[in-house]
Amino acid sequence: MSPKKSTKNIKESVPAAVEAIKDNDILLRIKNLRVWFELRRFGFGVAGHVRAVDGVEFDLGHSEAIAVVGESGCGKSSLMKTILGLYEPTEGEVVFEGANVSQMGAKGLRWYRANVGYVQQDPFGALAPFMSVQRILEEPLIVNGVRDPAEREQRIRKVLEEVKMFPVEDFLGKFPHMLSGGQQQRVVIARAMIMEPKLIVADEPVSMLDASVRVEILKLLRNLQEKHHLAVIYITHDLATVRYFSERIFVMYAGKLVEKASVKELLYNPKHPYTLALLTGTSEPDAANAKTFKEIPPGEPPSLVTPPPGCRFHPRCSHKIDGVCDVKEPPDFPVADHHQVACWLFEPK
Amino acid sequence: MATTEKTLLRCNDLYLHFQTGKGAVRAVDGVDFELGYNEAVVVLGESGCGKTTLAKAILRLLPRNVSKYSGKVALDGTDIMALGDEEFRRDVRWAMMSLVPQAAMNSLNPVLKVGDQVAEPLVVHHGVKKEEALQQARKMFQHVGVPDAFLSRYAFELSGGMRQRVAIAMALVTAPSLIILDEPTSALDVLTQANIFNVLKRIKQNLETSYILITHDIATSSELADKVAVMYAGQIVEMCDSARFFSNPLHPYSKKLMASVPRLRGDTELEFITGQPPSLYDLPPSCRFAPRCPYRFEKCEQDPPMISKEGRQVKCWLHT
Repeated sequence: MSPKKSTKNIKESVPAAVEAIKDNDILLRIKNLRVWFELRRFGFGVAGHVRAVDGVEFDLGHSEAIAVVGESGCGKSSLMKTILGLYEPTEGEVVFEGANVSQMGAKGLRWYRANVGYVQQDPFGALAPFMSVQRILEEPLIVNGVRDPAEREQRIRKVLEEVKMFPVEDFLGKFPHMLSGGQQQRVVIARAMIMEPKLIVADEPVSMLDASVRVEILKLLRNLQEKHHLAVIYITHDLATVRYFSERIFVMYAGKLVEKASVKELLYNPKHPYTLALLTGTSEPDAANAKTFKEIPPGEPPSLVTPPPGCRFHPRCSHKIDGVCDVKEPPDFPVADHHQVACWLFEPK
Repeated sequence: MATTEKTLLRCNDLYLHFQTGKGAVRAVDGVDFELGYNEAVVVLGESGCGKTTLAKAILRLLPRNVSKYSGKVALDGTDIMALGDEEFRRDVRWAMMSLVPQAAMNSLNPVLKVGDQVAEPLVVHHGVKKEEALQQARKMFQHVGVPDAFLSRYAFELSGGMRQRVAIAMALVTAPSLIILDEPTSALDVLTQANIFNVLKRIKQNLETSYILITHDIATSSELADKVAVMYAGQIVEMCDSARFFSNPLHPYSKKLMASVPRLRGDTELEFITGQPPSLYDLPPSCRFAPRCPYRFEKCEQDPPMISKEGRQVKCWLHT
């Protein structure tokens, strides 16, 4: 789809999304993506690179929900920002419906951004405090050239109903500080949805919310995803919420995806030692927990400036194979259908 | 101050209200609870239910706009509410109980070395010389698993997990019998979180400390809990040992909370609680949870008393 068709495309995106279920085409393809940030010395010269994303590859189908799980500093936010077109990839490509995002140009990017919604982590920080809910939701419409005020208002009302903010009139004139955390997050979701995008990138959308509100927002996102056949990239550090939301999970560690699997496979049949550690670290409400200690790999994630050679997890790994794991980087080994692990333990013999 | 009593901390009828332009905020509204030696109680609840204010009331860390602060708090057999502010500061706060504040990682002083900060309470409260205090701080660093070399570092040189451990070391250094942990791991990653809980459990075993853990994260709270107290709109609505609470909570609010916890495996459907907690300015005379409660009936128009049932306490008419 060429960027020139942009306005037409925006208007037709609902029927287009419905059609998308039939053809199993890939919506977003990440090819060997590297995002490195330069560390500068005083004035000039490069002192090294922060390898925030280092060789990430995956495909995302139409109306598919995936989760990227990892600790802070593993590069998941850099990955997300590159997908949103906010960072330039150092190497590799982000391809959306066949078009390379970094070669789209200003006009193409505008079309792209209308097709990609972004749900921020901290809803209060993401909403301008001096704008009313109506103004917040109107902004993307104005930017994307919806000229008719009546149409704008009608779309704002529709999207507020979608995120279940009833009655709509009560909320239109309110400012973010007058809303509860859950309502703020709904406005953020409404803003992401208002251009009727095909892809939503949600960066820890529920981590700042209370337990009961968290479930409400997760369910809302899931319903919207199913209703509008949205593709969703859900970025989180909390493995426990993933099952309720996505079909596939990618586990990220130090800039790389170390395990890719369907949700069931990953939760019941985890392979990578790091995934195992994450699963062990996640608590379930059980009184027996207080009596046992958890086995957690020692140390902390490595520096992304000088990552360890070989597998990046090997300094913390209890299954390390000397002479292999600390020398060569493991490629993705398939262990089952749709289940790949970047770990030498699973090298086919 | 040694006594033969089995309870370390006993709060009776504790109230802490704030005066604001809109009226009094009843943040802690008649709280009773007990905590034994070497025991950990978890205070669970949504944000705005008064959990942090409860910690502040116990530690007497009060803002200026307090309109009502009353009740009885006995720590180790001493009525600490009867003490003057200066006595309280000198003999109780940090000497007998200390606090790991919310977002402890940001509460370290950026211009002091972390070793000096950890040693400081000893110098202030025990009149120990700085060198000895630093020696003690070094020991505490070992307890929480921070390398000795970090004593002379600044807070910004430490990762989030390390800073959190330093904050715990600072709470530990005067060997208090009670530590209040206010959301100690809410900003941390899964593995760091699990690590911090390992540290807290080890300290509980080795140093026989008691904890009050304030959190909204039910899943991780089970890592430490001996007892659970559920707080709603300024009051404790259920108090129970952890074994029975996590398998079978009694209060409808606790049930709903447990049903909202995402589980790693299994097929349980997640539930959420509709509606919002009542405003603390204007509390209904009925049961405070009644407007959101799926089990409510006529009796819920009156405020239920705390009902004891098989050693557990629940503030709900369903269990009379």
